[in-house]
Amino acid sequence: MSPRAASRLESIGFERVYDYVAGKADWGSAGLPLEGVNGSETRAGTHLRADVPTCGLDDRLQTVCEQLEKSGWDTCFVVDDRRVVLGRLGRHVIRTKENVLAEEAMTPGPSTIRPSARLADVVERMRRQSLTNLPVTTSEGRLMGLLMRGDAERALERLSS
Amino acid sequence: MPTAIDRHELQRLLADEQAQLIEVLPEAEFADEHLPGAINIPLKQLDRESAVRLDRADPVIVYCHDTQ
Repeated sequence: MSPRAASRLESIGFERVYDYVAGKADWGSAGLPLEGVNGSETRAGTHLRADVPTCGLDDRLQTVCEQLEKSGWDTCFVVDDRRVVLGRLGRHVIRTKENVLAEEAMTPGPSTIRPSARLADVVERMRRQSLTNLPVTTSEGRLMGLLMRGDAERALERLSS
Repeated sequence: MPTAIDRHELQRLLADEQAQLIEVLPEAEFADEHLPGAINIPLKQLDRESAVRLDRADPVIVYCHDTQ
């Protein structure tokens, strides 16, 4: 639709016309704000916890576990230098504190959602699949944070009241 | 011919060149969600008359939902 609009504007006489081809789907997937009735407040990206721990493939699991104990988190995402999610260290693996690399201990390719995902849809999915949290990544796969089910449910209640 | 841009160039045009941002989807979809600072001129209403509100001296960026 936007290519036709851009061409129409040129036919009217506008000389500097640009087409943001990827549109608001791309904008929202990048975690950028949206306004409107169903703007950012109703989306997963606004309610995530950005301080979720991360580590690299070459980090030792024991070291990661020690850091997690101090932070109070029981999960950690294995990311590359661009924060692209490669895997996840879950509660069970963290308890073992094995003397291995994060790469060897991680569950590769965890399921993720986009920051533009509608909160109502995400909560419904979390309930259906008995999930307590879901990582939120941009369309490029970069970790933005972790959406906790409790946070999402409370936000949804606030929005509907 | 219109220039296709990505979100980084869009942000630069908005910040540096006072670009005007136009969502060309129908009014209901604009009300549902839109980029900050955008105005709505649905494609079906885009003509010489509706374009009067745009400044011809500044860049104009159009967008819809995605590539469709």
